[in-house]
Amino acid sequence: MNGFVENLPLLSVITFTPLLGVLLLLTIRADDPEIVARNSRWVTLWVTVGTFLASLLIWTNFDSSTADFQFVELAAWFPEFGISYHMGVDGISMLFVILSTFLMPLCVLASWDAIKTRVREYMIAFLILETMMVGMFCALDMVLFYVFFEGVLIPMFLIIGVWGGARRVYAAFKFFLYTLTGSVLLLIAILAMYFVAGTTDIPTLMTTDFPFQMQFWLWLGLFASFAVKVPMWPVHTWLPDAHVEAPTAGSVILAGVLLKMGAYGFLRFSMPMLPLASEYFTPLVYGLSIVAVIYTSLVALAQEDMKKLIAYSSVAHMGFVTVGIFAATQQAVQGAIYQMLSHGVVSGALFLCVGVVYDRLHTREIGRYGGLVNNMPKYAFVFMLMMMASVGLPGTSGFVGEFLILTGVFQVNTWVSLLTATGVILGATYMLYLYRRVIYGELVKEDLKGMLDLSRREIAIFATLCVVVMWMGVYPMSFLVVMEASVTKLITDYHAALDAHALASGLVDGVRLALGR
Amino acid sequence: MTAIPNLTPAYAEMFLAIAGMALLMVGVFRKSDPIRGVTMLAILAFAVAAVLSISTNGAETVTFNGLFVVNAFTGFAKLLILLGAGLAMLLALPWARNEGVSRYELPVIMVFAVLGMMMMVSANNLLSLYVGLELQSLALYVLAAFNRGNLKATEAGVKYFVLGALASGLLLYGSSLVYGFSGTTSFAGLADALTGAESNAGVIVGIVFVICGFAFKVSAVPFHMWTPDVYEGAPTPVTAFFSVAPKIASLCLFLRILVGPFEDLMDQWRQVLTVICVASMLWGAVAAIAQNNIKRLMAYSSIGHVGYALIGLIAGTQEGARGMIYYMLIYLFMNVGTFAVILSMRVKDRYVESIDDLSGISKTNPAIALALTALMFSMAGIPPLAGFFGKYFVFAAAVNAGLIPLAVIGVLSSVIGAYYYLRLIKIMYFDGSVENFDRPDYSTSLVMGVCALSVVVFIFLPEPLLAGADAAAAALFQG
Repeated sequence: MNGFVENLPLLSVITFTPLLGVLLLLTIRADDPEIVARNSRWVTLWVTVGTFLASLLIWTNFDSSTADFQFVELAAWFPEFGISYHMGVDGISMLFVILSTFLMPLCVLASWDAIKTRVREYMIAFLILETMMVGMFCALDMVLFYVFFEGVLIPMFLIIGVWGGARRVYAAFKFFLYTLTGSVLLLIAILAMYFVAGTTDIPTLMTTDFPFQMQFWLWLGLFASFAVKVPMWPVHTWLPDAHVEAPTAGSVILAGVLLKMGAYGFLRFSMPMLPLASEYFTPLVYGLSIVAVIYTSLVALAQEDMKKLIAYSSVAHMGFVTVGIFAATQQAVQGAIYQMLSHGVVSGALFLCVGVVYDRLHTREIGRYGGLVNNMPKYAFVFMLMMMASVGLPGTSGFVGEFLILTGVFQVNTWVSLLTATGVILGATYMLYLYRRVIYGELVKEDLKGMLDLSRREIAIFATLCVVVMWMGVYPMSFLVVMEASVTKLITDYHAALDAHALASGLVDGVRLALGR
Repeated sequence: MTAIPNLTPAYAEMFLAIAGMALLMVGVFRKSDPIRGVTMLAILAFAVAAVLSISTNGAETVTFNGLFVVNAFTGFAKLLILLGAGLAMLLALPWARNEGVSRYELPVIMVFAVLGMMMMVSANNLLSLYVGLELQSLALYVLAAFNRGNLKATEAGVKYFVLGALASGLLLYGSSLVYGFSGTTSFAGLADALTGAESNAGVIVGIVFVICGFAFKVSAVPFHMWTPDVYEGAPTPVTAFFSVAPKIASLCLFLRILVGPFEDLMDQWRQVLTVICVASMLWGAVAAIAQNNIKRLMAYSSIGHVGYALIGLIAGTQEGARGMIYYMLIYLFMNVGTFAVILSMRVKDRYVESIDDLSGISKTNPAIALALTALMFSMAGIPPLAGFFGKYFVFAAAVNAGLIPLAVIGVLSSVIGAYYYLRLIKIMYFDGSVENFDRPDYSTSLVMGVCALSVVVFIFLPEPLLAGADAAAAALFQG
């Protein structure tokens, strides 16, 4: 078995299996659109489940004792430009691959009845999206990374625009153009790095020393792209629109995976390649993140639309992540990664929770609900668990990430830690407030009384998510141990680079002093 | 000098000239349905010319007393021109039938236009350059007005002729100044005369005029005014032809002149071209937003694309030349494919051109919608489609040449441009359907399918397409 896996280009298989699924969907021929739709759903479900199972092979075969890239594949692509097809995962990216493939079958299930028109096209868009996401986390060449990173826009644009809500066209355009504007600056930065290093190979670039002046501009170029993706305040305004208008499964993927791309970019590029600039800009990141945590939490408190509330809470949670990354301690970075994984599962689950009631009543307005605990007890339980996980209750996945981030940041900067911690309190406020308004109270509204509790399909989705959330909350070591070596290497290299620079400039100062200038 | 010059390098051109005249005879003497036979024969002639051009495509050879040159670069440019012309001709055949203008002169004139372009690309002297340019221009004027019963087409023809003649005049005047101040018209002589010499104001003025003339031909801002009207008025397959073959020819020649004889004056021409390039990118992106006629929209889109291609030229390095050739290669497929889509926009036996006619076709004609979506995302430069790599290579060249501000303006204007490409996709996918299109013709669907597919699968197989471009760029800089 092991020998077989070792010989298989596992990452390419996982990346491109969904594309095979697309070809399969294109071959479905039937006159009745109903049959096409049913076959499309089943084919997509099996393809995504298969992809997920295949991706588990990475985890079981992963060697967590090393920080090196594993399952590496290398092939020539544009050799004259130093661009190669280079794939591989380390402890940082591996779990994101699993996260992407894990959420995908759930999205297909969540769309099972909700999507009624152009089902085949919908499934094709999701499968392409999966290829792009997985490829992005596996890419070890900056151009390859960029191709996947940007390629995500095409299916997502169509998903929001075709199957979205009332203001879908506006939201789709805003999403596309906003992210594209940031990303093209990333492209320029990639080109500039290529100019210096002569290659776009990520492991090589990690060992390349860029002069500080250059790091400064490169960092800003990368930041323009990643900050929009994360999204950081004040470039987060595309996110509420996109989330609200996207179909449920689209929101799940947006919140679950696409938001992680930005933070992943910081971890993969900004920190290891541009350590000096990263340190230089750390106060900026802290500032923006703290604003994000406090301000968007307050905004979330004022929302009347459930999806918008959760969208703003995502901005706040990602604020934790960016603080954690740039604190650059072992705990904070591991916490940030953990928080991303947890947020991927939990916010995805919360959007699914909204989807459940939206499918029944076709509104997301909080005021239209109330007292759902009376006729939907199972739903109330699931919603509560996910809400608690989002708040960061001990025993759920959310706690581990937030706790590690706050501990790690505290060692570096007490004030930042303190201000960020207020987000935990505010988070509890808006989530509990939402929960009270939707679930508790008397069941007085007539149209709510006929609403049915979770169907078996929905129970299957949420049971999976609940298990994962509890597992991540109770036994975090199974995830932390995987990323430990890679994070340690990241932090060590980062501080080594800073020390070397400090030493060098100290030497220069010393020489100046000695020469009496 | 009575000895016959070495004819081998010019076999392709000679063959095409003879083929053009023979096709004229075939058209005259063939009784029934001459256009079909002549079109097929013309495509065959292009294929033969391509083979001949490849077979002579070795080391650099100069002939006709230094007037004519072939090397890997001219060979590759000619292949692109022939490919674009062949695809456009495939589009022209069904169009001519549907519109009831089945006159066999259409393919014949296209053959002569292509001959002019090939002469142009191989020109090694300002005079042979001008002769080739005029041959192609005159043929193109006629083509623009080919649907002579149509008022718009005749207007397009006249407009194109008047402005085109002005551009030719500018070019000629510039050439005369260059000749007057340097004493020679041959590229090799110019290179010698200008190398290391003090930069001479007369020569610079001459070069500026030459650049203006070329900017007209490639429809770069501020010499683009004719483009939207001519694109709209000319018959659609002719517009498809206009948007690729003459542009490729002019840009390739542009490249050959500027990095050849005028290389030493790079600092001077770079400034002029940078203005032209930035204006083209921005204006092409902004002005297209307001267009409702898809052919006008494509006109502005092509203005923008010329701007991007010029970035490679401005870089003035081998990398830049390579980037520009890649760009033109990818642009060829994107553009011809889009025009194939425009030619499939037929409602009740009538061609329609408003972008609102595309409304909701993702439901009624999913294949066309899918093809146009791929082409539009590619034009917008979104990976993983081919258009992204076209942009990537020219921007890479610009950054490597230290032109980072130019690259930044380029990428930002590509974001503006993305808006109107997305708008087409929005109309197709997000809006309700209006009317069903008629079943597209076989050859139109073929061209559309091939182009859309090559844009999509380019990412998997870039090597075969790019190897030729590499060799071409290398040939340009070997001296």
